Amino acid sequence: MRQSKSIELATGFFAALGFAAMFFMVTQITNRSPTFGDAGFHLEADFDNVGSLKEGAPVSMSGVSVGRVESIRFNQGTYKAHVVLRIQPQYNRIPDDSDAAIFTAGLLGGQYVGLQAGGSETFYRDGGHIELTQSAIVLEELISKFLFSFASKEADQKTAPPAQSP
Amino acid sequence: MSTVNLRIDRLGGVRGALEKLGAYLLFAGRLLLASPRAVLRPGLVVAQIYNAGALSLALIMFCGLFVGMVLGLQGADLLQRFGAEEALGPAAALGMLKQLGPVVAALLFAGRAGTALTSEIGLMAATDQLSAMEMMAVDPVRRVCVPRFLGALIALPLLTAIFITIGLYGSQLVGVQLLGIDAGQFWSQMRNAVELDDIAEGMVKSVFFALAIASLAVFEGFHAQPTAEGVGRATTRTVVNSSIAVLLLNYVLTAFYIH
Repeated sequence: MRQSKSIELATGFFAALGFAAMFFMVTQITNRSPTFGDAGFHLEADFDNVGSLKEGAPVSMSGVSVGRVESIRFNQGTYKAHVVLRIQPQYNRIPDDSDAAIFTAGLLGGQYVGLQAGGSETFYRDGGHIELTQSAIVLEELISKFLFSFASKEADQKTAPPAQSP
Repeated sequence: MSTVNLRIDRLGGVRGALEKLGAYLLFAGRLLLASPRAVLRPGLVVAQIYNAGALSLALIMFCGLFVGMVLGLQGADLLQRFGAEEALGPAAALGMLKQLGPVVAALLFAGRAGTALTSEIGLMAATDQLSAMEMMAVDPVRRVCVPRFLGALIALPLLTAIFITIGLYGSQLVGVQLLGIDAGQFWSQMRNAVELDDIAEGMVKSVFFALAIASLAVFEGFHAQPTAEGVGRATTRTVVNSSIAVLLLNYVLTAFYIH
C-alpha cells in the first residue's frame, strides 16, 4: 500500500510537470493566442504584386500590429492578387480612404501589410475594400529600373553636345 | 543451381519479412482495439505511466538541458557569422519544437522505456507467466500488453513537452547568460516567430513516435523467443526498429507539414 502511494505520487508529479511544460509552451513561447482566428473583421485589397507576402503575415498601422493576412488568392477577373486581411475588433476606427502597402521588415525579414490612415470621417466595416494599394517592391524590378535609367542618362550625355567648352 | 537456391533464399527472406510485418500490424490493431477497455482498470495504466514516464524523467530532463545548450552554442556561433545573433530565440525554439525535441526524446525513450517493456514482457513469456494467465482465462494482451502500450503512449508526449521546455531554458542559458545575447530580443523574437501550429506539430509528431515505439516494444516482447538469448535479441530489435521507425516517420511527417 505504501509503495503504491509513492508510485501514484511520482506519476502525479510527472503528469503535472508534463502538462505544466505544455502550458508553458502554449502561453510563453508564442504570442498568437488560439482564439484570435474567430475575432475581428475582414478587409479586402487587390495588389498588382504581393511579392513574397505569406498568409499569417502581420498587418500593421504605424508599426503596431493590428491584424493578420488571412488569405491570398489570384483573381482571374482583375488579374490582381486578392488579399483578405483580418483586423482585430478593437481597431474599428480605420478611415475608409486608408491605403495599404506591402513592406519588408528589416533586410532579411518577412513581408507585411502596412496600413496608412487616411482623412475620411467614415470608417471601414467588415468586408470593406481598400482601393488604394501599393505593390511589394520586387528587387529585380528595382535593379532593372535603376539600370535602365542609368543607361538612358548615359546615352543622353553622349548625344548631347558638350556643354560650354572653354 | 546455386543461383536458384539463392533466389529461393532471398524469396524466403522477403516472405519472412512480410510475415513479420503482417504479424506486427495485426498485433498493433489488436492493441488499439483492446485499448478503450483499459478505462475499466485505470490503475494498471497509471502504474505503467510511472514505469515509462516518471522513471524516464531524470534522463529526459538532463539530456534536454544539454541538447538545448548545444543548440544555443552552435546556433549563436552560426548566426554571429551573419550578424544575426538575436535570431537565436526563434532558431532554437523552432529547431527544438519541430525536430530535436520530438526526435531526441523519442530515441531516448526507445532506449530507456522501450527496452524495459520488451524485456519485461519477454521475460514474462520466458517464465510462462503469460501462458499461466491464459490458463486462468485472462487475456495477456489485455492484462499485460495494453496497459504498457497506453502508459508509453501517454508518457512520451508529456516527456517531449518537458524535454522542449528544459531545452529552451538551456538555449537561453547559453545564449543569454554566457554569450550575452539580449534576453528581451531572445524571447520577443521567439514569441513573434513561433506559431501555435509549430507547437502542435511537435506534439503530433511525438504522439506518432509514441505509437510506433510502444507498439513495437510490446510486439517484440510478446513475440520474443522464450529464452534468455531470445529476450536479449528482442530487446535489441526494439531499439533498432523503433529508431528506424522514428527517423523515417519524422521525415514523412516533416514533409507532410511543410506542404
